[in-house]
Amino acid sequence: MSQTHSPQGLVPVLAGDPEGIVDEWTAIVADSLRGRVSRAEVRSELADLYRALRAGLDDAVDTASFGELRALLSELSRARAIQGFSPRETAVSVFALKQVVSRRIGDDLPLSGFLEFSELIDDLGLQTFEAYSQAREQIIAEQAEQLLELSTPVVRLWDGIIAVPLVGTLDSARAQTVMEQLLEALTTYDADYAIIDITGVPAVDTQVAQHLLKTVMAARLMGAEAIISGIRPQIAQTIVALGIEFGDIATKASLADALSLALRRQDAARAASGA
Amino acid sequence: MDAIPILKLDDVLLLSIQVDLSDQTAIAMQDALAERITATGARGVVIDITALEIVDSFIGRILATTASVSRLLDADTVVVGMRPAVAITLVELGLSLGEVRTALNLEKGLALLRRAWAAGAEDSRSIAPTLHAPESR
Repeated sequence: MSQTHSPQGLVPVLAGDPEGIVDEWTAIVADSLRGRVSRAEVRSELADLYRALRAGLDDAVDTASFGELRALLSELSRARAIQGFSPRETAVSVFALKQVVSRRIGDDLPLSGFLEFSELIDDLGLQTFEAYSQAREQIIAEQAEQLLELSTPVVRLWDGIIAVPLVGTLDSARAQTVMEQLLEALTTYDADYAIIDITGVPAVDTQVAQHLLKTVMAARLMGAEAIISGIRPQIAQTIVALGIEFGDIATKASLADALSLALRRQDAARAASGA
Repeated sequence: MDAIPILKLDDVLLLSIQVDLSDQTAIAMQDALAERITATGARGVVIDITALEIVDSFIGRILATTASVSRLLDADTVVVGMRPAVAITLVELGLSLGEVRTALNLEKGLALLRRAWAAGAEDSRSIAPTLHAPESR
């Protein structure tokens, strides 16, 4: 990256027909994007890039850095990543210029000049890709976080009965969030019964079972009772095969069964305390 | 050293822990409670730990042993108001509170005691006076 590029020999070629170069460049890029970005938009983006490239080449002191050009490219790549373009479609915005320029080079240009220019373009292409993948990673991280928040809603089913419908794979981080939110909800809703519905959990292994057991124990310590529901036949078989003991924890096949169990127990408790 | 006040409500003793328990305070609380149970003939103990934010294995064990001691003196113990974080800590420490009953808050804790007494009175035809005699059932 720190390599010094001085493709000064190409300045006349680039300066010769700016409009024509940008037009050709736009044509190639717009074709590869297949109409998902309007031609006018592509043209204005590329014209900006072209201007920055020319400025960078003209500025004798700062030729190696191309600060403005790099900033523009990073911005462009990030935008492409967010819009969901593929890496190839993003990188073509840079590499197409090489194609355009190579067509315009006459015999008078020494090979070394073009090679240097080519190196510069490659370097810029790499930077494009770096910015692109950075933006992608950022998107993925944000989505993972949102998923964590979205996927653990605690709902109040009845007076004193809450439920957490779990959907998706349970890993340690999610199980921890579920546990905390469930316990918080117990105090918020003043609930005696909590139903953990695992209908949407695709697989249960020893680790997931461990988390469920911990949650139930913690709920008990707080004075509430947890019922696990939505154990599918397949999962029931896995649990038995793995030798996981749920002990005296109430488990029910469906959420409806669990709710009716909770209601029955609630009634019994009310009757016993004479309320 | 802060002493934990023990309040008497009919035949229930109420301990409200408002400070972070040091080991000494916890032991002193256990001793004082045993004294009070024998002195008053209380049949129930409610330990309110709503304000307790930090627990360690020692405090967890104190709660369990306090319950066992009270049990020997014929008083049921209910721990009420445990915070989620405290519950998670105790579970992570691998501590179960043994025979300690728990309830979400003081109100539910008292109701739980009454329920237990009602069930106990039916079973053993206990002649001890109860807070709320089970008239129905």
